[in-house]
This record gives sequence, structure tokens and C-alpha cells, in this order.
Amino acid sequence: MIAAAPLPATQGCASAPVLRERGQREVFCGLTGIVWLHRKMPDAFFLVVGSRTCAHLLQSAAGVMIFAEPRFATAIIEERDLAGLADANEELDRVVRRLLARRPEIRTLFLVGSCPSEVIKLDLSRAAQRLAGAFLPDVRIVNYSGSGIETTFTQGEDACLASLVPFMPPQPAQADQQLLIVGALPDIVEDQLLRLVRELGITNVGCLPARESRDLPPVGPNTRFLLAQPFLGDTAQALEDRGAVHLPAPFPFGAEGTTDWLHAAARAFGIDEMHFRATVAPGRERAKRALEHSRAQLEGKSIFFLPDSQLELPLARFLHTELGMVPIEIGTPYLHRQHMALELAQLPSSTVISEGQDVDRQLDRVRASKPDITVCGLGLANPLEAEGFTTKWAIELVFSPIHGFDQAGDLAELFARPIRRRDVLRV
Amino acid sequence: MQLSVWTYEGPPHIGAMRVATGMTDVHYLLHAPQGDTYADLLFTMIERRGKRPPVTYTTFQARDLGKDTAELFQSAARDAVARFNPAALLVGASCTAELIQDDPAGMAQAMRLDIPVIPLELPSYSRKENWGASETFYQIVRTLAVGDSSRPVPCQAGSPRPKANLLGPSALGFRHRDDIVEIAKILAALGIEINVTAPMGASAADIARIGEADFNIVLYPEIADTAARWLERNFQQPFTKTIPIGHNATIDFIREVATLAKVDPAPALNIAEARMPWWSRSVDSTYLTGKRVFIFGDATHAIAAARVARDELGFVVCGLGCYNREFARDLRAAAAEHGVEPLITDDHLEVEDAIAAAHPELVLGTQMERHIAKRLSIPCAVISAPVHVQDFPARHSPQMGFEGANVLFDSWVHPLVMGLEEHLLTMFRDDFEFHDGAGASHLSHGSKTAHAPASPAAEPVAEPEMAVGLDPIAPDSAAQGSDVLELVRWTAEAETELKKIPFFVRGKARRNTERYAEERGLASISLDTLYDAKAHYAR
Repeated sequence: MIAAAPLPATQGCASAPVLRERGQREVFCGLTGIVWLHRKMPDAFFLVVGSRTCAHLLQSAAGVMIFAEPRFATAIIEERDLAGLADANEELDRVVRRLLARRPEIRTLFLVGSCPSEVIKLDLSRAAQRLAGAFLPDVRIVNYSGSGIETTFTQGEDACLASLVPFMPPQPAQADQQLLIVGALPDIVEDQLLRLVRELGITNVGCLPARESRDLPPVGPNTRFLLAQPFLGDTAQALEDRGAVHLPAPFPFGAEGTTDWLHAAARAFGIDEMHFRATVAPGRERAKRALEHSRAQLEGKSIFFLPDSQLELPLARFLHTELGMVPIEIGTPYLHRQHMALELAQLPSSTVISEGQDVDRQLDRVRASKPDITVCGLGLANPLEAEGFTTKWAIELVFSPIHGFDQAGDLAELFARPIRRRDVLRV
Repeated sequence: MQLSVWTYEGPPHIGAMRVATGMTDVHYLLHAPQGDTYADLLFTMIERRGKRPPVTYTTFQARDLGKDTAELFQSAARDAVARFNPAALLVGASCTAELIQDDPAGMAQAMRLDIPVIPLELPSYSRKENWGASETFYQIVRTLAVGDSSRPVPCQAGSPRPKANLLGPSALGFRHRDDIVEIAKILAALGIEINVTAPMGASAADIARIGEADFNIVLYPEIADTAARWLERNFQQPFTKTIPIGHNATIDFIREVATLAKVDPAPALNIAEARMPWWSRSVDSTYLTGKRVFIFGDATHAIAAARVARDELGFVVCGLGCYNREFARDLRAAAAEHGVEPLITDDHLEVEDAIAAAHPELVLGTQMERHIAKRLSIPCAVISAPVHVQDFPARHSPQMGFEGANVLFDSWVHPLVMGLEEHLLTMFRDDFEFHDGAGASHLSHGSKTAHAPASPAAEPVAEPEMAVGLDPIAPDSAAQGSDVLELVRWTAEAETELKKIPFFVRGKARRNTERYAEERGLASISLDTLYDAKAHYAR
């Protein structure tokens, strides 16, 4: 009863055609990932090499957090930096030296590429190597790109974590099988999941990212990894290149999603089925009880996801299978078929799956299908509300604790609240 | 390269968006990579607009760069024109597109659209948001006001009822919405007709007839100065120089407008809602006399605020600065008039240092200064963009005109400890409600220990240790400040006495005393040192 019952093939949309569009995309670039990544790695600093636009974006996305001693900044490229590349490299070195002199507690410095730095082909990986010579072993200098031309929103985290994989120490050949949980999670959620995994009897567990940026877990052929987030295609590939084995699982949203996710690990580590059921039962029951609060508001309601974070498919699956919502269209900025296979299989075959975006055309489809709730970015939410649509702004789903058993109720509430508010307001 | 955590201004294409979003029927085609749409949420969230900004982004990606992006650009232009049916199309590049050297203007003009196409050259690596807004407005006026052949050129002045244009209000402008209402009230009292308000609320057709006015009223030079100068040259329209922020400036403004319109200023001068002068003269305001105020913002608002602070509230301006270099000359002149060093910088760390060094009792600034002041435990009010969502209020809240002066009085005085409260804090400092730890009712952290019984040894919660605990990338002066604390020792007696000083001036007293002791090479601070220093720094 706990194992994901294979759904009838007609119900899934694993092989359904995907609507691929290109045009204006109303999405964030990968730089935005810094806003939550720097909270997760308190000893790391993120230096974006970009334009005033990049700095302005981070400021807008970070909101008031920007003033709480942020560990991110932008080295703003100026006209004189564009005059010649040698100059830009010297300038970058100067900025990095100044920064590290003032922040001696920093252990890892990420040089984050942006659209302007990529277009002028400022070689940040070479800069990272050059600067590493001057700052190792005190500071590790790592490079990745969060540019909009290459990454969408959460893909910034993927690029960041993938850049850390080469720094993970090799796992000794005789080492015990290790479980690796991949994806930045709020500390409280990570602790809950680690507790459950250990209670199952899996003791050799690592997390990527680690809370101490230099304390990276080892990786090797005896590593089995679970993705906690759906947007980690490059990171998974990099781990596989080092011999680690991906454990296919739905993502840990809701009572069933979390159960199935843990189950994938339990099976890989040969955990006794009865022990698995006994271990997850209390959390699973608690999650189901918590979901009941929102069910009345959500059951039978239709939902339309605009592309944002790649969380759309797993969240739609959760809302459909556990709360009875009806997905109309699920937009995702990027569809990783393999990682999403178990999610797609659980979605009703009537669902339109779209990848990429032409925002104006997609909004036409929102208007035509009149969903009960539309999940979208903050640039679209108020305009849609003004047209009479109820919306849930998507970014909150990335910043809030939503994974695991004990957040299932909160996750449902995030979708129930706008509908309840629509019903209570008399203005 | 400039190391930056916080920027006062966005890139210039944000300024162009502010102009386009303010207008009703122009569309902006922005050659930009994926991600630049973040700017939309400034308008939909901070200004709470119920419509998307009229901007189409071409959203090029890495895989497009090797190819011909012209097709991408032209199909975006075709789609935008077909869908939004604008009366004019602005085309330009964001910072990344500027680097790939596509030519948006050339590509759009080659399409031979049947609407005016206004190319924008906004250098992203040397200019910023205000400049972008100013340049965009200027290009729109230049293109559309000239382009309409049905309009008589130059306009005939001296029409029966004088007409004026209101220039400068834009989307995402600090209180622009309500300032327009106040200025319209004044013009109505003077019998002056508003010809066009632009860019806010204007259509392309409105811009076309901008030359029909007799003169221009420039509300925000940051946005309208360039266009107004062009209109003065080409349409012989003089424009106003006074910014009507503050009671006296409003009076000057009315006189200036009346002179330009050749009408009697009296009907506009006797407005009953001008409560600010009496509020300021009433005895409760006596405590405001000589309060030291540090002012920072855009040049227009900062200069106007300094005049109000000195002449209308009796404050002393102890610092004056702006972040927009375009108006640095005006700010320098104002700073000279107030006898302070002008601070022209867009580096918030420099502003923070200047504020810490000036020991103001009130900070008037932007959202950034609000956070600096919070960190330093100094009262603060916001006078200028950039601002956050709470400074786009639902209520009527102008800065300009007589009602604006009322608003300034309330919003600047409110964060200060009011006279009576200040008096009570000093008199009853050992009382459980007024002891050191209780703080003032207007500071949120004051409530932390409000219910705790007074304890003479209680550590004050609001000790403004300005120089320590700041962002570690703050310049060296901060570090020096903390060195001083270790060099000079306080005697127990002096330390106890220091704690009797109200918390909101204690940090200043501590610092002044330490500086005094250090300058005289004193090894320790006694009771006498404390009072010697007080006498030395007495004003």
C-alpha cells in the first residue's frame, strides 16, 4: 500500500507530446540561485562578474535580505573594462583581493558568470585557477555560470553544484555504500530527511551542498544519490561521470512523494520492507492529516503552471494525486525526461506539458482555459489578478520549506491560501 | 570594475521602461537575454500595477548568438506590433545586447513599420537609470513632437487661457502620482490649463501636441530637464526652475508659474490646507530646533529637503549628498549654501561612513539610508527613490505643494522622539517604562524589554555602536573606530554616568568622549573627562 502503485498506462502522460515554444520568456536567470545558495553555505561568497543589470536583479530578487550582511556582490563591468580583456582580468583580480582581504572568514569564493561576462568571453574558469594559486589553501575559488543566456532560475543551483563535484574527494574503493542527497534544502527539512534516512538504517549519508562549503562528501562507484530537487540535470551527470549511481524516484513532495523517494533509497540499501513501512508510517500519516485541511479548498480545482523553476511537474503531480486538483497545462523551462519519468507517469493524460515559453501565447491559453489558480512569476501575478484570475506566485515555492512529510500541509496551504483569500474578500 | 552590493540606480534601460510604462500607447522592444524580465516585477510589485509593463523582450539565448539574431528581433517586433498595436515603438538594447552589437534601431527601421520607431542608444556601461529615463523621454518628444506635420510650428503663445505641460512624472517615480494632483490643484487655482502631462499618462498623440503649451513645468529635472531644454529651443517654451517641495518652495513655484503665465499668483497662495507653518511654530516643535539632519537622495529631492529642514523645521543640515552625478553641480551649490561638504557618490558604504561620522539625529534618504539608519539606531524618513513597496502608499501622499509640505512635516517629525516623550525619557529614566532598556515607542526594538523591571545594570538594547559590527567590507574607518574603544579605558564611575545619558544620544556621547580623550592622550576616561568632553562639544 505504500509502494507507488503503478498507475494505468492511460492515466500517465509519460509519452505525451510536449508543446515546445520559443519567444519571450518571463523567467529569472540563474544568478537568482545565489539568493538561497548563500544562505545554505554560510562560509561561501558569490561574486557575480556582470553589469549593473545583474546587480539590480540580485537586489530586486533579494528584497530586504540584501542588507543583512549578504555574502554576495557584483563586480560591475564598466566601460574601461570593455576596452581590453587583459585589463578586465587585472580588475577582477583587484576586486577579488580587496574582497577577500575584508572577508577573511570566506572559505569558498564562487566567481559567477553572467550574460555580459560570457559574451565578452571573460574566462572566469581561468581566473579561478589563477586566483586559486594566490589564495589556496585558505580559500577555494570556483567558477560557474548563472547567465540568462545559459540558465533559467534554479538552473543556477545546478550549475553551482555541478561546479563543486570535481572538488568532492574520491570515495575509497573499499568504502561502504554511501547515500548522497543532492540539492539545497532548508536546514530544517534536510535534518528531517536525514533523520528518516538514518532511522531506516542508512548511516553513511552525505549532502550536496554541504553546510560547510569545504566539507564536501566523497563520491565514487559506491555512491548512490537521490535528487531532492528536480532541476539538477548537470549535477547528476557530473556525479555519474564520477561513478555515482542515480536512484530514480519521484521528488519528495507530499505524503506519497516523500514515501516513494525514501523507498528508492531503502530498496537500494536493502532495507527490510517491514522496517521501511514502520519507519515512514508516522510521518506519512501526519502528512496525510495535514493535507486534509486544504483538501476541501483544492479538490477538483484546475491549475495552470507557467514555467519558472522545474518544480512544476512534481508539484502538479502532488496536487493531482494527493489533493485531487486538475492540471490544465504544466509549463517547465526545461524538461529532463529521465528525471521526470516517474512524475509524468502519475499525471492525467489530458494534461498539456509545455517546455520553454512564448509568454503572450501562453497567457492567451490561460485566459482561454480559465484555471482556478495560475502559478506564475511576480511580473505576471498582479496583472493576472487584475484580469480576475487567482494566482500563486511561484518564487515562494523555491524559498519556502516544502519538501518532506512535515511540510506537506504547508505546501498545500501555499496553494489553498490564494483561493481562500479570493473567497473571503468583500472588496 | 566596481564592487557593488547595492545600487541606487538600475541600468539605463530600466529608465526607458519607466517612461514607456508611464505612457499609454507606446511599446518598448528590448533586445535582451532571458532573465531581464525581472524588471517587470518592479512595476507589478513595488508600484503594484495591475498591467504588465509595455515591454517585449527578445529573449535571446546562448544558442542564438552564433546565428543571425536579426530574425529573432524582427519576429519579436512584428509580433509585438500586431498584438499590442502601439502608436509608437521604442527599440533598444539591454547591457548584453549592447555587447553583441546587433543594431536594434537599424533592424527595426529596415522593417518599415507604419508607426514611428524611436531608437534608443542607452550606454549601459557608463550611464544609469535616471539618464536612461531622461534620454528616452527626450527622444520620444523629439521624434513625436516634430513628426506631426498638422501641428503649427512654432506654437502660438498667448492663447486666451494659458496652457502648461507638466513634465517629468513617470512610472516607478517616488510619489509622482500624488504630486501631479497637487500641482494640478495649484494650476486650477491660477486658471492655467494643463496641456499635457508626460510621460505619466501621456499618449503618443499627446506628445505630438506638446508644443501647444505656453510653457513647461518641470517637476523632476532628472527625467524632464533634457526634453524641456529641447522644447525651449525648438518651441520657445520657457520652463520652471523651482521644485515645489516644501512650503516656501511652493510659494516660489506659484510666483514663478504666475509670472510665466502672466496671471495673478494670489488665488493659489491662500490655500487653507497649508498647516505646516503653524505646526512648525507651535511649541511642541521647539524641540526640533537645531536637530542635526543628514540628507541623501536624488539631487532634486535632497536639495529641496535641505531647504525645508533648515528654513521650515529649524534643523541643522549636517550632511548633504546625492547619488546622481548628472546633477552634482546643483548639489555642490546647495551644500556650499548649507556649509557642508557635498557627498556625491553611488557607493552606499561611503554614505554609511559619512552618516556615522556626522552623528546626525535624523537621516533623510532613500531605502538604503533607512537601513543604514536602522543599523545605527538613528531615526530616519524616506525622501527619495529608490524606495520599497511601502513608499508607494494607497493613501494620498504627495511631496509637492502645500499638502506635500504637510506630509513632509508629519513624515519627518514622526520618527523623532517627540518633545514630550524626550522630556519624559530624561526625567524618568529609572522608571520601569522609561528606563534605558525600554527605548522609545517609535523604535520597534524598544518594546523588547519594556515589561522588564528596571535594573541599573541592565544592558541597554539600543546602544548605537555605530562603527562596529558593520559589514566587514566597509572601509577602514570602521575598523579604526573599534580600535579606539580598546585604547581608551573608562573608569567604572564614568561608565555608570554614561549609562544615565538617554540611549539615543549615548553613542554620540561615548564617541565624542573617546575622541576627546584620545586627542589629549588620556589613558582613561574619568567623570571629569566625560563632562569636559561634553563642554568641548557643546553646541
